[in-house]
Amino acid sequence: MKIKSVPLIVSLLFITFFIIFFKGLKNSNIYVPNINYEKEIPSFTTQFFDTNIKINSDEIFKEDYYYLINIWSSWCLPCREEHRFLMELNNENNLKIIGFNYKDNIKDAKKFLDELKNPYSKIFLDKDGLIAIEWGAYGVPESFLIYNKKIIKKVIGPLNTNFVDEIKRLIK
Amino acid sequence: MPSLIGFYSLALGSSLSFLIIFFSIKNFRNSKIFDSRIIFFSFLQLLLVSISFLGLIISFINSDFSNETVFNHSHTTKPLFYKISGTWGNHEGSLLLWLLVLTLFIFLFIIKSQRQPTQYRILTLLFQQVIIVGFFVFLLKSSSPFNYIFPIPQEGLGLNPILQDPALAIHPPILYLGYVGSSIIFSSALSATCLNYISKEWASHIKQWVLISWIFLTLGILLGSIWAYYELGWGGFWFWDPVENVSLMPWLALTTLVHCILALEKRSILTSWVVVLSISTFTLSMCGTFLVRSGILNSVHTFANDPERGLFILIFLFSLIFLSLFVFFFFHKENRKIDSSIFLISKETSIIINNWFMMYFLSVILIGTVYPIFLEVISSEKISVGPPFYNKLIAPFLIPFMFVMALGPKLKWIKSDIKNKIYLFIFFLISLLLSILIIKNLEINFLLNTLLVSLAFYLFFLTLRDFFVMKYKNLSQTIAHFGFSLFILSILFNNIFTTEIITNLKVGETYTSQKFNIKFENLNQKQGQNFKSIVGKFTIVNSKGKIETLEPELRIYNQPNITTSEADIRTNLLSDRFITMNTVQNKDYFNIRYQIKPFMIWIWLSILLIATGGFLSLFKKKYEN
Amino acid sequence: MKYLRFFTIIFFIFVSQISNALENNLEIKITKNLRCLICQGQSVHDSDSEFANSIKTLVSQKLDEGFTEKEIYSFLKDKYGEWILYNPEFNKNTYFLWLLPILMFLLGGAIIYKLFIFKKKKLY
Repeated sequence: MKIKSVPLIVSLLFITFFIIFFKGLKNSNIYVPNINYEKEIPSFTTQFFDTNIKINSDEIFKEDYYYLINIWSSWCLPCREEHRFLMELNNENNLKIIGFNYKDNIKDAKKFLDELKNPYSKIFLDKDGLIAIEWGAYGVPESFLIYNKKIIKKVIGPLNTNFVDEIKRLIK
Repeated sequence: MPSLIGFYSLALGSSLSFLIIFFSIKNFRNSKIFDSRIIFFSFLQLLLVSISFLGLIISFINSDFSNETVFNHSHTTKPLFYKISGTWGNHEGSLLLWLLVLTLFIFLFIIKSQRQPTQYRILTLLFQQVIIVGFFVFLLKSSSPFNYIFPIPQEGLGLNPILQDPALAIHPPILYLGYVGSSIIFSSALSATCLNYISKEWASHIKQWVLISWIFLTLGILLGSIWAYYELGWGGFWFWDPVENVSLMPWLALTTLVHCILALEKRSILTSWVVVLSISTFTLSMCGTFLVRSGILNSVHTFANDPERGLFILIFLFSLIFLSLFVFFFFHKENRKIDSSIFLISKETSIIINNWFMMYFLSVILIGTVYPIFLEVISSEKISVGPPFYNKLIAPFLIPFMFVMALGPKLKWIKSDIKNKIYLFIFFLISLLLSILIIKNLEINFLLNTLLVSLAFYLFFLTLRDFFVMKYKNLSQTIAHFGFSLFILSILFNNIFTTEIITNLKVGETYTSQKFNIKFENLNQKQGQNFKSIVGKFTIVNSKGKIETLEPELRIYNQPNITTSEADIRTNLLSDRFITMNTVQNKDYFNIRYQIKPFMIWIWLSILLIATGGFLSLFKKKYEN
Repeated sequence: MKYLRFFTIIFFIFVSQISNALENNLEIKITKNLRCLICQGQSVHDSDSEFANSIKTLVSQKLDEGFTEKEIYSFLKDKYGEWILYNPEFNKNTYFLWLLPILMFLLGGAIIYKLFIFKKKKLY
């Protein structure tokens, strides 16, 4: 009995391995961080885009209002692509779009906005990318929909029609 | 056209497998003499696969973009050398290379094993054909290198620039020689188990194959590391990346096998263990192929991956595993007649302890590599297992491991003692003192590092003494062990004494530190065959006033349009100076990374020494002492 | 012994040549233990992506502000999840990861003990 149990256990072990590898095949190997929707938005100090005035993030976000945080840069090509969606969302009454200009040259950024129009109600500077880290972002562009100081939707990469529809639905 | 010939000869080659299997089974029943038709068909199969492989190479050379593989991985402006190496720089081509080596090795095995029992030879061939058929099916069904595309594209997509490198051009073939060599060990062990032929004779016959695959695997890993060191631009040579780990696992299993096959050859002990190891070596190679090709793991070393292919390899891998489990549990009998008693102080004990530690290292790497997959499937949480994990679990265990490694070869088979060997003790004291002197002023973990360094020194000095005392006796072993001690020492000193700075510099600026100044002299442009490059010129003046000029490059490849950073490295016996530069988004300065890495060259040389040790023992008839 | 002395001296000269003035030691250690989310498979230290550069700036800033190594790890873990740490913490997710190899080692020892040491006693 003792001798026969060894092959059985070993076989079962390998069958388990097989199943796990089989299931593992379906998972993506690219990591995308989960967001914790329960958590309060981060608190940080930042600076206005065109003036030197500093501001604490608590003063930016009021409760009971929808904000769309958009991390963008003039050198990022997808940002150019998604710009028209931001312009579209700008027409929504109860949504304010707040831009964080990521590691950019102010001259270029201004040219970018002059060329494509400005959808942002406020723009803040993120010279070293440290504010993006506060948000848990790791690339440009990234967008966060905020309500009651909580993140309710996160978009990694450029916005598209689907995301815009979803955001419109969420803020209704 | 070559591509068409390639395809048909591949298809024809696959059908030959049936003939070989048919004649082998027929031959197996009345197995007085080995049927020469089998040899002929095996040769024909090898020939056809070679033609097929040649067809692919010619398609690459001619930039025949009607072939999908060529279209995806080549470009007309690519240098000829990389057109050729591009043949195996992709999934389909590399599988064809696998198959080529598989057929080559089994053919060599048949003609080289004439003194072995006929039944054993036929059965080994049969098991090997199972693997070969598996690869044929895989190639023809889901990874054909000869897919036709129409309309024919004008230009190919090009080969990833980081693969356009001499070391990486020969790295895959050499690595595959190692992997595939282990398939011979696998088939042979299964067949010997079925026929109850696991014996001294078998051990001394298969030892050659073990050594050959071990040497190739060692060299293959070495080339991969060298490539990572100068091409990936961060100055590291081993990152415990999954792709690196999967090549190290079969290497560890093979190294273990190299040692314990000696015990089998000499004393007929450890039979079951040798069989288990022989099976697991190839299984681990296949497991590695699965992990790399299926894209189940995330790695720096990109390989075009596809879950469907992954599924095929997975099923194939587990069929092989269950086949070998069946053979092992059903046929294997431990020979109980032989005196298998082992004395505590003997060479056998030291080999067993070596095996014990090697298996521990293997399990650390295996668990570290696959654990994230398991965790994600079970709890959908994602974690990373990186260098700190492996360092923490492996480094402390190297201490006793090196101790046994230093003393083991001094012991004799069966029974031994260590009387009158005061020098062993004196050597140890010297090593310990030396390492305390080196480590004491550094801000690192004193105990661990001192012990590691002193044991490495101990092994170093003892093997060094063996060169003079033992002369040519056991030279291969002495060289390999000496190489290992040198390897550990170089890695330790390299880790402890590496100086590294990262800074931003504009042209004309100088970075100043206590030890050296780096001046960014100027920028030049250069034109390569399929890239443009910007070359920075840096003058480095160290504290002794020695001046050195380093010229790292940024290469902008035309197809695919990728920028790579080429390090400039100055090497001498004491240290490497390594510099890379990178552009920074929207800034007019460059990001400069400068490292002084001591004993870099010794890491490569010591691995070569280890491989040389293996190479020398190929020419030895029997284990001495 | 003559050779031995010779080699000892050579080696000692080799080693003493390299003085050890590691700059930003802790910063390098921390950034090497962080995984980059852009080039997933490289550490933050080794990567040159924008993200990695920001993290490097963040780490040096936090160190200046007096954060400890652990606090920086937990800050980043909070932002990006446990995945960003190359050195997995010892928690319910990783008990097996850390303990299984040790267990294997002990098991190997036990098997060797049982198969070889006991056998010897029986025979004599």
